[in-house]
Amino acid sequence: MYAFEIERPSTIADAAKALKGDDAQALSGGQTLIPTLKARLAAPETLVSLTDIPEMVGICDGDDGSLCIGGATTHAAVAAGAGRYAGLAALAANIGDPAVRNRGTIGGSLANNDPSACYPSAALASGATIITNTREIAADDYFQGMFETALNEGEIVTEVRFPVPEASHYEKFVQPASRFALVGVFVAKFADGVRVAVTGASEGGVHRWTAAEESLSANFSADALTDLTVPADGLIGDLHGTPEYRAHLVKVMTGRAVNAAF
Amino acid sequence: MAQVSMTVNGKAVSGEVEGRMLLVNFLREDLKLTGTHVGCDTSQCGACVVHVNGEAVKACTMFAAEADGADVATIEGQANADGSLNVIQQAFQDHHGLQCGFCTPGMVMSAAALLNDNPNPTEHEIRAYLEGNICRCTGYHNIVKAIMAAAGQDVTSIAAE
Repeated sequence: MYAFEIERPSTIADAAKALKGDDAQALSGGQTLIPTLKARLAAPETLVSLTDIPEMVGICDGDDGSLCIGGATTHAAVAAGAGRYAGLAALAANIGDPAVRNRGTIGGSLANNDPSACYPSAALASGATIITNTREIAADDYFQGMFETALNEGEIVTEVRFPVPEASHYEKFVQPASRFALVGVFVAKFADGVRVAVTGASEGGVHRWTAAEESLSANFSADALTDLTVPADGLIGDLHGTPEYRAHLVKVMTGRAVNAAF
Repeated sequence: MAQVSMTVNGKAVSGEVEGRMLLVNFLREDLKLTGTHVGCDTSQCGACVVHVNGEAVKACTMFAAEADGADVATIEGQANADGSLNVIQQAFQDHHGLQCGFCTPGMVMSAAALLNDNPNPTEHEIRAYLEGNICRCTGYHNIVKAIMAAAGQDVTSIAAE
């Protein structure tokens, strides 16, 4: 690692101020960023830790029935405390391994937007709102491609607000070496329709599968997917799977998610 | 450089650390607590698992400065007060839960965190919890058996494979 200083502010305002410094970089749970620093793929002057800010930690119920999760809330805390949204709690309980879940945070995951991360699919399928220190961003506008988001330089994900669906499930085909999703599909059934978000598959990062959403909104059953095909164009091809294999997995994982949703 | 203070295995400690100093290096190099091992240094193998405020974390994937003010527990603090092995350590010895021993500190610390949360886990729950702990001798069977025994389960009918 190149040398840097660490700051540990205790308020969002102080963190935002610290992130205005030259080559300052936000540090949340660090489960992606620290390995990245070790590989010398990043060289910040200052790391601004976001995990000692009490107003960014915890889970609460919004007035509109949504579930609000602080940006620095760990995966383990979401797994334990988001029981009202069972599909989301189960997703959090299967990210990485226990030690990773004790450090990694929802805000860190969404800010990084790894194309194979689990949380982006939950945020997109839920139609969540990403709340930052300066504004609110709809999930449909937030994810902008592989490792790309609508966040500006120094902007902090302080909270994520999830509408709670009637039924949901996240089905993940685990890439066993990394424990990321080779393909993961989050299905969320709301009163006004079904949303389906796919992670791990596309070179454009997390995305919705709108054809499946239409079919499932008419008939919430895996049978509704029978006549659909997923084009392999633009899907990731690597040593773990071809684009065609991932396209096949998208449909299979979606069907399994529908069957398991409650 | 920053000044850090924390409690390690019940003792107050402090030191000057660079921002980039990992918790595992502070434990091993500054405090000379070399029981916590560095296996992969890429957050995958779990040999460096310690407890920070009661939760299992990879000490190679957390900075020492982030542990300022924390309560840290390492393998060196696991034995009973009289120096005898604790229940988990004794079960690892009794059931041959270690071969070369390199992964063992992390395995014991993960097992302790699991049993703290879930005092009577199933075999499946143990295997799932150890997903982030790699034993390169592939001695998982007896590690799982040792943890079941440490939980007070009868493992006499489980044959060594």
